[in-house]
Amino acid sequence: MNNKSLVSIDDISTEEMVSILDLAKEFEKDPGQNLLGNKVIATLFFEPSTRTRLSFESAISRLGGKIVGFTDASSSSVTKGESLYDTIRTVNNYSDLIVMRHPIEGSARLASEISDVPIVNAGDGANQHPTQTMLDLYSIRKTQGSLDNLNIFLVGDLKYGRTVHSLLMAMSRWNTTFNFISPEELKMPVEYKLYLDKLGLKYYEHSDFSDIINEADIIYMTRVQKERFSDPMEYEKVKNVYVLRNSMLSNTKENMRVLHPLPRVNEIHTDVDANKKSYYFEQALNGVFTRQAILTRLLGLK
Amino acid sequence: MKETKKQLSVSAIENGTVIDHIPASNLFNVIQILGLDKIDNLITFGTNLESKKLGRKAIIKLAGIYFEDDDINRIALVAPEAKLNIIKDYEVVEKSIVKVPDNIAGIAKCVNPKCITNFEDVKTKFKVVSKKNVALKCHYCEKITDQEHLVIV
Repeated sequence: MNNKSLVSIDDISTEEMVSILDLAKEFEKDPGQNLLGNKVIATLFFEPSTRTRLSFESAISRLGGKIVGFTDASSSSVTKGESLYDTIRTVNNYSDLIVMRHPIEGSARLASEISDVPIVNAGDGANQHPTQTMLDLYSIRKTQGSLDNLNIFLVGDLKYGRTVHSLLMAMSRWNTTFNFISPEELKMPVEYKLYLDKLGLKYYEHSDFSDIINEADIIYMTRVQKERFSDPMEYEKVKNVYVLRNSMLSNTKENMRVLHPLPRVNEIHTDVDANKKSYYFEQALNGVFTRQAILTRLLGLK
Repeated sequence: MKETKKQLSVSAIENGTVIDHIPASNLFNVIQILGLDKIDNLITFGTNLESKKLGRKAIIKLAGIYFEDDDINRIALVAPEAKLNIIKDYEVVEKSIVKVPDNIAGIAKCVNPKCITNFEDVKTKFKVVSKKNVALKCHYCEKITDQEHLVIV
């Protein structure tokens, strides 16, 4: 990994990715090892993200590590006008590794250049959230047995969705076929399609689920947010098109699983939850093991 | 018929460098990038000269100044077709063209308003992902700044 930090999913080699997934599998078997017994981990959340923070703190706590930090910028010296440079230089002295979430894009890269201790990017604006991508990969590999030659459906907001972009970039290493399902206004940006063209990977674009859903190995759902639409009428027209219901899953493949980065609003109907093809809550649990693997690898403990 | 005699619009120099074929609109960007406003050497320049290739071009003549490749290539972002003539004793002894470098540090501004380089006191860094129609990928926010949105800092 670059500079012993994890900033961007593009920094990790395929071998390293697989190695981290294998390590996460060990943690799934035994998540309570006391590997961080004498370590202090800083969790700096310059913007609130309860879900991501709890997942990291659970991962650290289960390994016996101590946590210092703040949960949003209003409770830190950032409100007094402190620069990111000064914050990192300071916290760097108090901890063995820094987990940071920041609303400004590129902040984690900058922090990794300032800090002596490893930085784990827990989301920098719309840019990167590599631990989310790693837990998505872990969930896909675990449910499908392998990452090779899968048919992945990305559904919802494909224009602004950071998680789907990173997942696409990562999965493109394993001969994946993609199906993009989104409203016209939220289509996959052209740069990602050009990237797949360059690799010779197949992708198809649709404006609704139709019958193709039965070809899916993974359906990755995301939220379609009202504020993304310039025309509120457009939102009203499409808002129910991208909702997954249990009845739509009846003829889908046996191995198919539904993933979602959470939080969900209404894009997956609650009647899907009881279906064994729903996997989003297990996916969240996998985040703990994956983060344990990343933290211990960056600290050179595993 | 009026036959105009070919005439130098900007006087010749004895020793130094001539930078020709600069798009007229980017002359001052070139001056800024090379820091020409901060040196004491004799510099003459002409702008809005007629050019078949560029429409209107600018030319800079720098007495007693020679550039390293890495330094002069920095202007490739704003003057991709610039030509260099190295002058010794009023004669052109060497010609070269600028090349867009692979990496750019501190010249351009990242177009992304949410990029950390637009908030924190940090030098911008880019990887040049396209040289023909210049496209720069920000080292920090990973967004692309293209020719159309290029702003020199």
